Amino acid sequence: MSRGKKKTTIILFSGDYDKAMAAYIIANGAAAYDHEVTIFHTFWGLNALRKEEHVPVQKGFLEKMFAKMMPRGADKMGLSRMNFAGVGPKLIKHVIEKHNAMPLPDLIEMAKEQGVKLVACQMTVDLLGLKQEELIDGIEFAGVAAYLADASEGNVNLFI
Amino acid sequence: MNIAKIVDAKGLSCPMPLVKTKKAIDGLASGQVLEVQTTDKGAKSDLSAWAQASGHKLIDMKEGNGVFTFWIEKA
Repeated sequence: MSRGKKKTTIILFSGDYDKAMAAYIIANGAAAYDHEVTIFHTFWGLNALRKEEHVPVQKGFLEKMFAKMMPRGADKMGLSRMNFAGVGPKLIKHVIEKHNAMPLPDLIEMAKEQGVKLVACQMTVDLLGLKQEELIDGIEFAGVAAYLADASEGNVNLFI
Repeated sequence: MNIAKIVDAKGLSCPMPLVKTKKAIDGLASGQVLEVQTTDKGAKSDLSAWAQASGHKLIDMKEGNGVFTFWIEKA
């Protein structure tokens, strides 16, 4: 841990595309502000860390159901408003392109590039029946204590 | 004014102008000047706030034809 650097922590609880986009824009901005940035993914926010491809893993019935019903990866997430059964995200992505803004998968990639620490909450990973192999590489697994260690030194702490 | 580097962030939206500016300034030596060109209307507040918070000096900025140009001296 480098001393003197400011810290930003974000809890991404939501699995909505728009909310995750807000979280990752703030994370990238904070990294540009030279903050040490951590995004702690829990519950539906974990879906942003899922690999897009199907990963064959051993699972029980309930876990398989969860895996099927949750979006596989950031690009498949729905909107918190105006989702319109999947049409909304298509519209938003069109508008994002038109305005030269960055789509969520690119924002996540850029956050990694900028050294943003991506953490998956181990308890909810287990709860939702996700396996480590199903999540993207380069992330850490931790619990509430690790989050609090970062957040108690945080200058900006957000829950999204 | 001696400009060491130019960042062309025209057409890009938040947070890209900021991220590109930060990357470019990291590659400069103290006292060198960075020119940033952007069409993002939020950049005016964004870049001046960022420069102040990170200690760099916003020497000047101008606006013309929808393009904002900033000159930032690295601390």
